[in-house]
Amino acid sequence: MRISHEKIEKNAVLLVVLTLITVSVGGLVEVVPLFTIETTVEKVEGVRPYSPLELAGRNVYVREGCYTCHSQQVRALKDEVERYGHYSLAAESMYDRPFQWGSKRNGPDLARVGGKYSNDWHYAHMTNPQAMVPESLMPRYAFLATREVDPVKIARHMRTNRTLGAPYTDEQMASVAQDIRDQADPQADPEALVKRWPKAVQASGNGRAVTELDALVAYLQVLGTMVDFTNPAVESLRQ
Amino acid sequence: MSDVAFSPGTAATLAPARSRAAAAAVTEYNEDVVKKFLIAAMFWAVVAFLLGVVLALQLSWPVFNLGFEYTAFGRLRPVHTSAAIFAFGGSALFATSFYVVQRTCQARLFGGEALANFIFWGYQFFIVMAALSYVMGFSQSLEYAEPEWHIDLFLTIVWVCYAVVFIGTLAKRREPHIYVANWFYLAYILTVAVLHLGNAAALPVSFFEAKSFSLYSGVQAALIQWWYGHNAVGFFLTAAFLGMMYYFIPKQANRPIYSYRLSVVHFWSLIFMYIWAGPHHLHYTSLPDWAQTLGVVFSVILWMPSWGGMINGLMTLSGAWDKLRTDPALRFTVTAVGFYGMSTFEGPMMSIKEVNGLAHYTDWVVGHVHSGALGWVAFVSFGAIYYLTPVLWRRSGAYSVKLIAWHYWIATLGIVLYITSMWVAGIMQGLMWRAYDQFGFLQYSFAESVNAMHPYYVIRMLGGVMFLIGALIMVFNLIMTVRSSTTQASPMRVPANAAIAGE
Repeated sequence: MRISHEKIEKNAVLLVVLTLITVSVGGLVEVVPLFTIETTVEKVEGVRPYSPLELAGRNVYVREGCYTCHSQQVRALKDEVERYGHYSLAAESMYDRPFQWGSKRNGPDLARVGGKYSNDWHYAHMTNPQAMVPESLMPRYAFLATREVDPVKIARHMRTNRTLGAPYTDEQMASVAQDIRDQADPQADPEALVKRWPKAVQASGNGRAVTELDALVAYLQVLGTMVDFTNPAVESLRQ
Repeated sequence: MSDVAFSPGTAATLAPARSRAAAAAVTEYNEDVVKKFLIAAMFWAVVAFLLGVVLALQLSWPVFNLGFEYTAFGRLRPVHTSAAIFAFGGSALFATSFYVVQRTCQARLFGGEALANFIFWGYQFFIVMAALSYVMGFSQSLEYAEPEWHIDLFLTIVWVCYAVVFIGTLAKRREPHIYVANWFYLAYILTVAVLHLGNAAALPVSFFEAKSFSLYSGVQAALIQWWYGHNAVGFFLTAAFLGMMYYFIPKQANRPIYSYRLSVVHFWSLIFMYIWAGPHHLHYTSLPDWAQTLGVVFSVILWMPSWGGMINGLMTLSGAWDKLRTDPALRFTVTAVGFYGMSTFEGPMMSIKEVNGLAHYTDWVVGHVHSGALGWVAFVSFGAIYYLTPVLWRRSGAYSVKLIAWHYWIATLGIVLYITSMWVAGIMQGLMWRAYDQFGFLQYSFAESVNAMHPYYVIRMLGGVMFLIGALIMVFNLIMTVRSSTTQASPMRVPANAAIAGE
């Protein structure tokens, strides 16, 4: 032992090579199978990439560091399932770049927040959280209502996601600006929108400008709603 | 050869000769870059602790978010973590690794003055750019890897230069053996490079936009992130600081390392096992069970090499424990090893699924991180910096040993307040979330659990304030050490007992 180790500590190149090999093993054994084992991400119906407005909202979520206080991952524990809803499936975050499972809950989990509160509640809450939840520690995000969403930028972001594997269709890519307007404006006819983006929820914008607040609400309202858990086929996924 | 070996008379006659020898040694090592990084470390320490206090205030009273987008918790929190880990911890590591590698290799830094200065200014530029970008709203929102792609690329360049300088210095060493501290520094430099490149891989939207999308999504992204995140802890905050321990404890205690064999076992087992532990951040999630189980197994086994290292550090003091009474700087280093032992017991315990089910997402994790960050990382750095400052600036000693002792006790008490309040808060949170009433319904709303945290968040904030005050005392003491005339009695103080750490 002593003699053989002496060789390593007298040879910088050998020390570098052996160290690199030693630190690589664990990572390779754990990470590589996640890309190759087919059951890692369940095949489940309903999960789609985000609509343009939802993606814009997600950008806001990422930019503001919401992950520092909110998780998006319901663990398979009895109390969590009762509090938040069905435990999270890997498939539900398969288009999330970056993933936002989080690590700390200063506020509640948001993986299934979609549909739990009304649009009006979300707008009021973002403007002044303590008005809705007096105990809340959340900062105010009223300024989001003054920022407009840029459809050209979002189209670029969708193209990048498409390159990375998000299955955006040509039809979806062609109607970005229209879909952003339609999803932000409650007066717009949602038919074409929902056809292109099933389960999409219209925000409550003012019909003139599309703001980041509209986008964030559209994003929050779709979280955790894409998979239909009343469908028995989903329940059969349980391993 | 030790300072005390000279009688006053011989010291006086030998002084000119010693000065010349010392002066030769001075020009041989690049101490300029070490000094710069040391000053940066103290500057960022104060920034990081101050931001920590601000965040603690915000969690105690949300009005301290001030209503500006730039000062909201979500944007400031990454500034705090980056300032603490990468700015303060990183600068302390650059300073000590450059100091240690030169002394133990008896060689000047490879690559010359210009490259060393590029690493210093480049790294400081990276920190400032990263902090500004979070505040301005550019973030990948990957924990501890928040910088966007252009800043990541720049950091890669700086880091490659760091590796070149460090490995180059090892290669041109005049000592036959590479000292154990350097193994740990080397493992940290190499592994952090691999982790950074692996986790930050992203496709930019366009060349002119500071926005990118990660190459990984969902469950794969989660595991890669915690492979990165846990080993940022394992290599940046542990292995590298163990390198610091392996040099400065023997130096301060004036004793050789307790066991050479233990340090060999410690090194290889620690770097092998740490890499596997990431999945314990993802228990009961959509990560497959086999990966979670691997994470637990290696996390628990990791307890052994961790404590092996702690024992090696502490036992080095055998026969020198009395120094703890007279040398408060050594007290910092040794207490750090104690906190290291405590956190590396707490960590494996929290990685066990049943414990993790309660602890995850709660403030217990925050307390655990801070017992490591404040108790281990910051304390071992403080000990090293207190030791290094008189050596680098050729002073006879610290300006005030008493102030070091004050710093020690204020900071220690601050840590105790911090971690005990977070234990109580975290366990209470976990229990409230899973509490059922007599009818079988969940007993508490989430908001009620938030409300219950308030007193503990205030106590935590006070603990943070104490830690900050301690750091300010330290800054004052260090400035006075360099400036004051009382510390300049023996301007050519050469580190005593040069043979101890392989010099």
